[in-house]
Amino acid sequence: MSSIEQSEVVVLGWWPSMFYARVRIALAEKGINYEYVEEDLPDNKSPLLLKHNPIYKKVPVLIHKGKSICESKIIIQYIDETWKEGYPLLPSDPYLKSQAAFWADYIDKHIYKGANMVVNSKGEEMQKGVEEFLGYLKVLERELGEKPYFNGESFGFVDMALICYYSSFVASEIIGNFSIEKHCPKLAVWATQCLKRESVSKALADPKKVYDLLIAYRKKTGLEE
Amino acid sequence: MADEVKLYGFRGSPYGCRVEIALNLKGIEYEFIQEDLSDKSADLIKYNPVHKKIPVLMHNGKPISESLVVVEYIDDVWKGVPILPRDAHEKARARFWAKFIDDKCIPAVFKALGSHGQEQAVAEAQEQLQFLENELKGNKFFGGDNINLVDISATYLAYWLGGAEEAIGIKVLTKDKFPKLTEWCENFVNCQTVKDTLIPREILVAFYKKRFGKA
Repeated sequence: MSSIEQSEVVVLGWWPSMFYARVRIALAEKGINYEYVEEDLPDNKSPLLLKHNPIYKKVPVLIHKGKSICESKIIIQYIDETWKEGYPLLPSDPYLKSQAAFWADYIDKHIYKGANMVVNSKGEEMQKGVEEFLGYLKVLERELGEKPYFNGESFGFVDMALICYYSSFVASEIIGNFSIEKHCPKLAVWATQCLKRESVSKALADPKKVYDLLIAYRKKTGLEE
Repeated sequence: MADEVKLYGFRGSPYGCRVEIALNLKGIEYEFIQEDLSDKSADLIKYNPVHKKIPVLMHNGKPISESLVVVEYIDDVWKGVPILPRDAHEKARARFWAKFIDDKCIPAVFKALGSHGQEQAVAEAQEQLQFLENELKGNKFFGGDNINLVDISATYLAYWLGGAEEAIGIKVLTKDKFPKLTEWCENFVNCQTVKDTLIPREILVAFYKKRFGKA
């Protein structure tokens, strides 16, 4: 039996993926040991990935006792519900839990789209992308308000959902020539706080490497000279 | 103290319907507040300032929006008929399929309808529907013998899709390609908790005829 098959918890990931980073953070907060399989994306998906995520063929995938769970937010909820001891990833109060779900959903619908708009365009279109992206971030700035974390006094689901984009934000700022801190100072303070957590700092991809990857992609697609 | 439950919705919205089905399954009494979507109420904008959309559930004065978030909230708060499986892995699977329906299936179907049945768009929609056809396996519902989160998520496919297809004069969810899904649609709309939430078919078809320029 391979070591993958023997491991109780296996994670299929890819180093720059913010969604993989999210799962890494969750597992670290719970203190769960796991076997990691780095996928060779985008072109060389392993048979393991194709078997365990046949619909989307994407990372991250959590394999627990041979059963797969896909989609990062769903994985985090699964981790919280399965490993009930340890750090609570989601609020136990149903109303607070619903609000966390709402905002995590907002982040993945708008922030992901916004960041992509910046990275996948140039010139005037990129400027529009930057403005739209900042618009979405300002909604989050307002939601954060004076709280140390989106979750309140402690780091939680929504914080995990957003901080995983950090490396790609840093890269987007350079590519799009804008500053998130200038428009969203509270988010900048919040990010610094989150980065002090070992689970976060160890999970995030090196922003410089993410930037290099994005530049290579932009050059390949003719968006960058 | 009795629960105060209000639902800001629009009769004929499949998303509002999802919430109503969940409320019906739990036997919750609620006040339905019909919104004029061309002239949204101050309350709706106050309770869903981010999206300004229906449905919004108000529970004892606290608003919850986004239909699938609302459905999970309902399952969390009110015991009784379960909407999500209790087993963590089965729960994750149900969430996965509900998300698939929203992220992949319905958008592909919308595109096929919007294109008035353009071949490529229909083929792509059918590719997504095939995943659902396969997922039904031998079961009456995605939830097995009873409806669950996945069935509720697919409400649009069960009723609205047929209305739109009739209005445009195309067929995406065909019986020969999707025999199980076709039967599922029939079973789903005949559930008492679902039937009561649906607007008459003629009204739906007339709406779509206007929407797709076929009136």
